[in-house]
Amino acid sequence: MAAGATMMMESGQRFSTKSDLVPDWARQEVSTGTTIMAVEYDGGVVIGADSRTTTGAYIANRVTDKLTPIHDRIFCCRSGSAADTQAIADMVTYQLGFHSIELDEPPLVETAANLFRASCYRYREELSAGILVAGWDRRKGGQVYCVPIGGMLVRQPLSVGGSGSTYIYGFMDANYKPGMSKDQCMELAATALSLAMERDGSSGGVVRLASISEEGVERRVILGNQLPRFSTH
Amino acid sequence: MATLTVKVPPFGGFNFENSKRNAALEGAVNKVGSSLPAARKTGTTICGIVFKDGVILGADTRATEGMIVADKNCSKIHYISSNIYCCGAGTAADTEMTTRIISSNLELHSLSTGRVPRVATANRMLKQMLFRYQGYIGAALVLGGVDCNGPHIYSIYPHGSTDKLPYVTMGSGSLAAMAVFEDRYKPDMEEEEAKRLVRDAIAAGIFNDLGSGSNIDLCVITKGKVDYIRPHDEANKKGVRTGDYKYKRGATGVLTKVVTPLDLELVDESVHTMDTS
Repeated sequence: MAAGATMMMESGQRFSTKSDLVPDWARQEVSTGTTIMAVEYDGGVVIGADSRTTTGAYIANRVTDKLTPIHDRIFCCRSGSAADTQAIADMVTYQLGFHSIELDEPPLVETAANLFRASCYRYREELSAGILVAGWDRRKGGQVYCVPIGGMLVRQPLSVGGSGSTYIYGFMDANYKPGMSKDQCMELAATALSLAMERDGSSGGVVRLASISEEGVERRVILGNQLPRFSTH
Repeated sequence: MATLTVKVPPFGGFNFENSKRNAALEGAVNKVGSSLPAARKTGTTICGIVFKDGVILGADTRATEGMIVADKNCSKIHYISSNIYCCGAGTAADTEMTTRIISSNLELHSLSTGRVPRVATANRMLKQMLFRYQGYIGAALVLGGVDCNGPHIYSIYPHGSTDKLPYVTMGSGSLAAMAVFEDRYKPDMEEEEAKRLVRDAIAAGIFNDLGSGSNIDLCVITKGKVDYIRPHDEANKKGVRTGDYKYKRGATGVLTKVVTPLDLELVDESVHTMDTS
């Protein structure tokens, strides 16, 4: 994989002959520009994402679901190259499902995170994928693990990712307090994502939220006109 | 002891041996000032929608080689299985071969499972193959079909990412077609209204995008039936010439006539007979 793939990194323009008939956005790779986030609370996690997928300056999908189920109580939030993250998520879903059947019990969130890390680190030169793994298991309750580009793995009570995350680090630092309830986390996530979507061109569409706990997964969508609004308009 | 090197026969699939040579050639040719022949790309507008009873796939029929139309009536809606069809944009050879390969594998899979193939299966096979080739196979596809779980439309990009949506467009004319869809799409449309919508979306691509043109092909897939309508609309019929630059004898009046016989000497005469038997 190495030899062919190193050509790939700068390949984008090399192998495409100049053509006026194929516009620029048709030659770009599909990327989930994105803002994603995950927060732990006592008893579970709240995850959220925007819904925009872009090819260059064109929005290929304005209602993307970036919150991908990996197992019954484990989700991942995808950012970076759409193809890379979809392929990795499919692989990990298969591996985790197999592992869970062997174990004959629900898998640990840490296991899922490690499976992601294994792929992301091994193929770090070829991939462009930033992933947040979040879920609930019986051993440690709600957990959020961050697997950014490069293949690091670290557990954090709160994590944001994607191109839009840079705009909300300050907001998160100021407004997150440990020990928040599920509804407070949902509100925080909705507000944070709206702020990021407001400022980041590669994030937009609707806000998708999900909360994962022992009881199950509860999904919610906040449409564009229902998003919280801010003083700048 | 001499070691024998066994010649390994090439196994199936794509062979990228020539890509290094091609890159070197491209460099050498550019230095002289000309350019290599371009691969034939289907400039294209393709689209698909889900309507009340199934899915409709639409495509234009122009294939371009650089700025020249290579094929005025090529077929871009490919057969995957009896209930699944796939439109292809991008490099014509790539879309043709990729859909043929997956169609073949899907038939074998269907015989093995004993079930009618599902659209999600075709989607998985296509995305896994395209991801494996890391975007070098330039195939952007709109996959659609009806299976036991209902009607489905997927858009598949050359790098291997897919989106499952109620309406999708791909190709250079996709922006024009998407504009029409975003304006008039409604869930659960009737067949006639849906066909009109797809026809209009492709027409928008044909008339506003240089890479798309000629006719509009449609493929309506419902639970028990497939309607492969080619062409559905001949939007660009070749016109009939209204005038002629040939003038009959006598149209121009003759004022003077001078005849000068030329004295020519026959130098050589050779007769070749054609075998017209």
